[in-house]
Amino acid sequence: MTEATPTEADIKATMAQVLRRIAPEADLNAVSPEENLRQALDLDSMDFLHFLVGLHEALDVDIPEADYGRLTTTARIVAYMQEATQERTAKE
Amino acid sequence: MAEFRMPSMGADMEAATLVAWKVQPGDRVQRGDIIAEIETEKGDIDVEVFEEGVVEALLVEPGEKLPVGALMAQIRGTDGEAEGAAPAAPRGPDERRAAEPEPEPEPAAEPRRRTPDERPPVARPERRVRASPLARRVAADLGVDLDQVTGSGPEGAIQRADVEQAADAQRAAAEGAGAAPLAEAPPEAPTEAERGDYPARMRQAIAKAMAQSNREIPHYYLETHISMERALQWLAAENENRSIKERLLPVVLLIKAVARALEDVPALNGYWRQDRLAPQEAIHVGFAISLRQGGLVAPAIHDADRKRLDEIMAALDDLITRARSGRLRSSELTDPTITVTSLGDLGVETVHGVIYPPQVALVGFGTIHERPWAEGGLLGVRRAVTATLAADHRATDGRQGGKLLDAIDDYLQRPDEL
Repeated sequence: MTEATPTEADIKATMAQVLRRIAPEADLNAVSPEENLRQALDLDSMDFLHFLVGLHEALDVDIPEADYGRLTTTARIVAYMQEATQERTAKE
Repeated sequence: MAEFRMPSMGADMEAATLVAWKVQPGDRVQRGDIIAEIETEKGDIDVEVFEEGVVEALLVEPGEKLPVGALMAQIRGTDGEAEGAAPAAPRGPDERRAAEPEPEPEPAAEPRRRTPDERPPVARPERRVRASPLARRVAADLGVDLDQVTGSGPEGAIQRADVEQAADAQRAAAEGAGAAPLAEAPPEAPTEAERGDYPARMRQAIAKAMAQSNREIPHYYLETHISMERALQWLAAENENRSIKERLLPVVLLIKAVARALEDVPALNGYWRQDRLAPQEAIHVGFAISLRQGGLVAPAIHDADRKRLDEIMAALDDLITRARSGRLRSSELTDPTITVTSLGDLGVETVHGVIYPPQVALVGFGTIHERPWAEGGLLGVRRAVTATLAADHRATDGRQGGKLLDAIDDYLQRPDEL
């Protein structure tokens, strides 16, 4: 999984998988890519932290706290994860 | 002989249903051990025992709904009658099932004087048995399995006389017969349908507690704005050195600051009982957690003033997870000495709380966000939070409340000392 840049579909699937553990009733498909994810899915700060930890583990991506503010919508999270995995691949 | 009774999980609880026993007669228990699982409006709760001793008898069956204070089990103190007696080895459910073929209760020749090894186990019947509470207690005392008793009361209900008769018959049958371990059925948990509608029942429980609070507690409210700039800068630097899993949330600083401030203003940490304030030494911060299915609980972060920030974060994480999966422990619901509620995630500016009786105070925090801030003759922009206090005017006055908010502010300006 760490060799290639994950596709948008891969990342969305991972997001959905991680979310199922945190908010079983949350439906990622019902949220538009530009919608604020935390508000749409009613995630509190502990939920959101768990969500990021889940993504970090599944995608092997470092997410500094300073970047949390950028991770607001599905579209932005997908772009961030793709960028981060590309950077990591380039380093390797 | 200590009696284990249905504990109260707060002002809003009247009764609960026993879901399962977590101990068997003969098991040795220590303070804090989980003895039973009960189902309340706040989800399933692991009930802890506060005695040390040996479980003598379990007097109620899974599935029974019991009022607060109902006798549930008897526990023999270790230093009392059991002096010198060897503790009964706890038996696992598998061993018990393996011993199935002989369902005859163990004979009890001298039922009132027995050592743990000889104790007649009390069976948990596989089906619901109709029996009066007195009959159950007598059956437990005499070591009679209610499943084996024919009831003569209304609708076949088992009464005291039936139990005593059965005990006599048992004794007669036991003459010459070897003691056989009693087969016990696995605890029968009520089905989802029997448990009813959680959200609706939780709503009722909250309604009861909050109505009581509003009716009985003369609240006063104080509010202050606290600059979070220093605290958040310190936190950002701290979190930079931590892996994502070890990072702290700002609410951890708020909880710790409240706990420390209560050390300075102890009058707000405690209960209003029997028309007087009973301040508590230990500071157990109840943190309000909203549940996904609706409603909320405010379980305790025990000894929050003495916990490191890491420990508060871990405790909070654990409590939120267990609150939402319905696996809180009884002490977590009964111990809070104050409540903290943080509605910051929703963008709320100010919380005017309703005190959870018998507590005497509730501290609320709104969203941490940037706002114009005047200080030292200069106007700037700071990240800040609105902190409120709702306090019981029977217990304290505004001056003490003001001191508490001031102390919270003070601690948040010295985050490295938290």
